Amino acid sequence: MEAKKANDYKFDISHLNLHYGDFHALKDVNMKIEANKITAFIGPSGCGKSTFLKTLNRMNDLVENCKIDGNVLLDGKDIFKEMDEITLRHRVGMVFQQPNPFPKSVYDNVAYGPRIAGIKKKSQLDEIVERSLRQAAIWDELKDRLNKSALGLSGGQQQRLCIARTLAVEPEVILMDEPTSALDPISTSKIEDLAMELKKDYTIVMVTHNMQQAVRVSDNTAFFLLGEVIEYNDTEKLFSIPEDKRTEDYITGRFG
Amino acid sequence: MYCVFRENSEQQYISLIKGENMKKQNMFTKEYAWRGLMTAGGLLVIAITICIGAFLIYKGSGTFTIFGHSIFEFLGSTDWNPEDNAQGGGTVGALIFIVGSLCTCGLALLIATPFAVGSAIFMIEIAPKFGEKFYRPIVEIFAGIPSVVYGWVGLTVLIPAIKKVFHLQVGHSVLAAGIVLALMIFPTISNVAADSIHSVPKDYRMAAYGLGSTRWQSIYKVVIPAAGSGILSGIILGLARAFGEALAVAMVIGQTTALPKGLFSTTKSLTTEIAAQMGNATEGGEMKTALWTMALLLFLLSLLFILLIHYFSRPKKDKE
Repeated sequence: MEAKKANDYKFDISHLNLHYGDFHALKDVNMKIEANKITAFIGPSGCGKSTFLKTLNRMNDLVENCKIDGNVLLDGKDIFKEMDEITLRHRVGMVFQQPNPFPKSVYDNVAYGPRIAGIKKKSQLDEIVERSLRQAAIWDELKDRLNKSALGLSGGQQQRLCIARTLAVEPEVILMDEPTSALDPISTSKIEDLAMELKKDYTIVMVTHNMQQAVRVSDNTAFFLLGEVIEYNDTEKLFSIPEDKRTEDYITGRFG
Repeated sequence: MYCVFRENSEQQYISLIKGENMKKQNMFTKEYAWRGLMTAGGLLVIAITICIGAFLIYKGSGTFTIFGHSIFEFLGSTDWNPEDNAQGGGTVGALIFIVGSLCTCGLALLIATPFAVGSAIFMIEIAPKFGEKFYRPIVEIFAGIPSVVYGWVGLTVLIPAIKKVFHLQVGHSVLAAGIVLALMIFPTISNVAADSIHSVPKDYRMAAYGLGSTRWQSIYKVVIPAAGSGILSGIILGLARAFGEALAVAMVIGQTTALPKGLFSTTKSLTTEIAAQMGNATEGGEMKTALWTMALLLFLLSLLFILLIHYFSRPKKDKE
């Protein structure tokens, strides 16, 4: 592998430790996340992969008794010391496990982010809504029902709407926390295609329960176990010639 | 040895089945008994409500049927002078009381709603731990204070204060009644609003934060709209309570039979007039019948409020 320049990495995480009360949830995590790539986190339930993902946009700040040490640099800037969480979350968007559109119209859902950022002009909002829905490949399905409630959409449509809502904020990174675990296979493949399309413009970090999904979409994969990163490598390498015995056991289905 | 064991176990098995069956029968007997009891309880409540409604209609319609007054006189005239005998011939304009009730309750709602909704947001969103442990129980105690205590405190604290602050001869007023009622309905609105804010899914808040909302933005733009129908139900429930309150209002409203001219006028409301006159009026007289009609009006109003609550808190259908 050629030596990579510093600005090829979006995130640079070093010596990250996270405690929930007495529980040591993340143990000395060191990782660099490449820009314009899809990075997948795999591992059994409770291994810390979602917790780690939520650290990247400081959603863990909302959890009580959560204590974080270590450095997380976004483009060289410490997200805990040199940034407030609001600015950070504008730059690092998030898509959740359960599709969670607001109980508002499709339009208002997508326009939510720009509106709270202070954009009021109708024409500008219209433009953002259309662009975001197009990017999320759902414009054709929804253009005639922009004023209908988002709760009436199917699960897969809701999830793509949530992605569009995230895109409307124009983030640099999109975090996806098992975005397809609540969806059927067809919707899942649509989301996967979308993720691969989006990586041209965005850095994507995805937690997944599904190893085939990691193989299909990701460029790099990290394997988490009991709060530690056991192995982090090029996806192809990690799945074909795992360096660690535990990784091999997990990906060959010996536990998990 | 083997045989004995087998026989034994077979017998045991049979007796076990019998026992099971007995138990099962017993279980179903209890099931029916309890279900019967619950059903009877439910039906009783429905029956009582319908009976009260029917009784009020029977008693209250006398003003229009026996004494021949028009419904427009009752609702639209301020001329209140019913005869206290069965011959009738007086006037039964209840507008003063209707306006008195509307003014005091409207004022109470205006005063209480911002504080109550604010307090609900505080206890659920801003300080959930403190809210759950201390604040909410305190608000609940607030709701449980008897109305005579509110009235008495209003009489001894509020009325002298109003006299002093606004340099008035008399402190009894629509304003005093509005404030006392506001205090009384505050906990009702606050509790119902808090429940509905609490039931807003956590997912919505996470989505709002994930998009870079501040706490206020997520409360104002996502949580409150999502809890809106519940908050509205709380407000209507508070309004219903305010309309029905007689004692505390009677103590501070001044009880003069005249339309209120402003915040500082004394007046009467539907409930205070019923409470004040029902003891003296002759059974079957025009006065008593007119009071029943006012009671019927209150009943219909509370029915309307309940219907409104159901309308607002109905499950939202997708607007396809």
